[in-house]
Amino acid sequence: MLAFTLRRAIQAIGVMIAVGIISFSMFRFAGDPVNQMVGMDTSGAERAAIRKSLGLDDPVIVQFGRYVGNAAQFKFGVSYQFRLPVSNLLMERMPATLELAICATIFAMISGILMGVYSALRRDSWLSHIFQAVSLIGISLPTFLIGILMIYLFSVTLGWLPSFGRGDVVHIGWWTTGLLTLSGLKALIMPSITLGLFQMTLIMRLVRAEMLEVLRTDYIRFARARGLSTRAIHFGHALRNTLVPVITVAGLQFGSVIAFAIITETVFQWPGMGLLFVQAVQNVDIPIMAAYLMMVSLIFVTINLVVDILYTIVDPRLRSTVSRAH
Amino acid sequence: MTEPVLSVRNLQVEFASRRGTLRAIDGVSFDIAKGEVLGVVGESGAGKSVTGLSVIGLIDPPGRIAGGEIHLAGLRIDNLPPEDMRRIRGKRIGMIFQDPLTSLNPLYKVGDQIVETIRTHLNLSERAARRRAIDLLAEVGIPAPEKRIDGYPHEFSGGMRQRVVIALAICAEPELIIADEPTTALDVSVQAQIISLIKRLGRDHGTAVMLVTHDMGVIAETSDRVAVMYAGRVAEIGPVQDVVRNPLHPYAKGLMGAIPTLAGDDKRLVQIPGSMPRLSAIPRGCSFNPRCAPAFDRCRVEKPEPLSRGTQSVACHLYDSVPAETAA
Repeated sequence: MLAFTLRRAIQAIGVMIAVGIISFSMFRFAGDPVNQMVGMDTSGAERAAIRKSLGLDDPVIVQFGRYVGNAAQFKFGVSYQFRLPVSNLLMERMPATLELAICATIFAMISGILMGVYSALRRDSWLSHIFQAVSLIGISLPTFLIGILMIYLFSVTLGWLPSFGRGDVVHIGWWTTGLLTLSGLKALIMPSITLGLFQMTLIMRLVRAEMLEVLRTDYIRFARARGLSTRAIHFGHALRNTLVPVITVAGLQFGSVIAFAIITETVFQWPGMGLLFVQAVQNVDIPIMAAYLMMVSLIFVTINLVVDILYTIVDPRLRSTVSRAH
Repeated sequence: MTEPVLSVRNLQVEFASRRGTLRAIDGVSFDIAKGEVLGVVGESGAGKSVTGLSVIGLIDPPGRIAGGEIHLAGLRIDNLPPEDMRRIRGKRIGMIFQDPLTSLNPLYKVGDQIVETIRTHLNLSERAARRRAIDLLAEVGIPAPEKRIDGYPHEFSGGMRQRVVIALAICAEPELIIADEPTTALDVSVQAQIISLIKRLGRDHGTAVMLVTHDMGVIAETSDRVAVMYAGRVAEIGPVQDVVRNPLHPYAKGLMGAIPTLAGDDKRLVQIPGSMPRLSAIPRGCSFNPRCAPAFDRCRVEKPEPLSRGTQSVACHLYDSVPAETAA
């Protein structure tokens, strides 16, 4: 078990180094950073001095080593547009994005699993057909369109929910949360649904398909032959077996929820990392873009690792094959 | 004679398909007495498993019981409400399936699955149920049951898993056990152990056993009586020695002729020509007539009804001396 975790962790570090190379190379291919920092009238000597002080004359491999070393300590340099350390900017924005992503994922998991289980157990009911239709819409309509339609309906026409921003936030240490105020919670509803809708439909379809599959297995038939109640069979035996692949997908999707938050945050002007990234792209603010890339990959890699470990907790068969293999 | 534990009368099971209704079971009748083992033998698709499943009420749509009656110790069970039938399953009728590797839920400890079943049917505390589960595992011959009870199914070998499955089937002391090919998926050496286990349990608890298999050797070893099924009907039923030594139905004769002997006379085994008809193309009259050498005209038009011949009962016109017009 420990060896398995360790091996996966080493793989994860390998992936992060590869991402580091890509994000490092952005600095070199997106123009001369010195030009971005200084004015038109800076002399050649001054430019050379800045170049030297930034270490841009060193061999590439030394620069890369320094970059990775700094990144490992969450030092990503200074933003061109804000003149502030990028890590401070990201830390300031991260709570907003994480809160949004977590709420969206919880929404997607709960409603996706409920709808999936219902439509698997009552395949021919009209509600199941409605769920199927909704899931089709969720999969085929682009996120921004759903966001805009919701803003039009609930903010502009009905005036129930705010159309942008986080509402009032409460500071807990460096973390800011909108979960403790009414306006913060109201502001979370539409972005969470918009962001989570795609995952919800994905989870619902997955749960439905898996559940139908599991209900056909021999051990479910045997459970019925043992006279267990329908409830125990459906929710004790079938659902737990269904959840193994659902955990993987939901876990892996959490990474893309954070990545897709860029669009949702833009639509709802949500002050998170995604919005920061979009602004950075518009202003060619390479340090922010590079740092964002590293952050998102780190989250992806971490989630992958956690999902692998969770797997072994849910499915005892993996536990023993994993320990036997080492 | 006392009332049989299981009495099946003129059972008919149909499956609705796009090409119309297929009749998988067409008028099957048999009884099983307390402590008796009835072997049900036949080719794949003869309706052995479907018969077992209809007794325990697990025929899934599009299949349905279209006619006949099933009585469990006098209680008619083929038309019970689903919830009442569920309470009988596992408590009064236990079932053992073919593949022990897939019969257990891989995510739960075997002990949890046994305790769950015990507590579904018997009013026992968690602790008492666990103690009973350990006793059951010991009874079915699992070594160190107090340790193995916390193992997961994948930690058991095939034979051991089938023992767990048997423990699950008998955990509420059922009156009837339906064993659907319980040894087919096992090694030959393990088969004998499982067979003697089922036999011993049936004897110790007075449980009636319906043993579905296509293995005549298993039947000859375990069963008191045997029913030979062909294309959804019982061709012949009777005490196992009589049917094996002196089969009456041409199909049963063919089956018995196909059993290899250790005596080693090197003559070829008898082969029944042709294969069993598909459900969608069951011939008119006796369903066996196209493969039957002594078949005559009547076999091609009229379905044979079961006739008593000594201890055996056979559905074949060869044994019917009475003209069709006067036979009621």
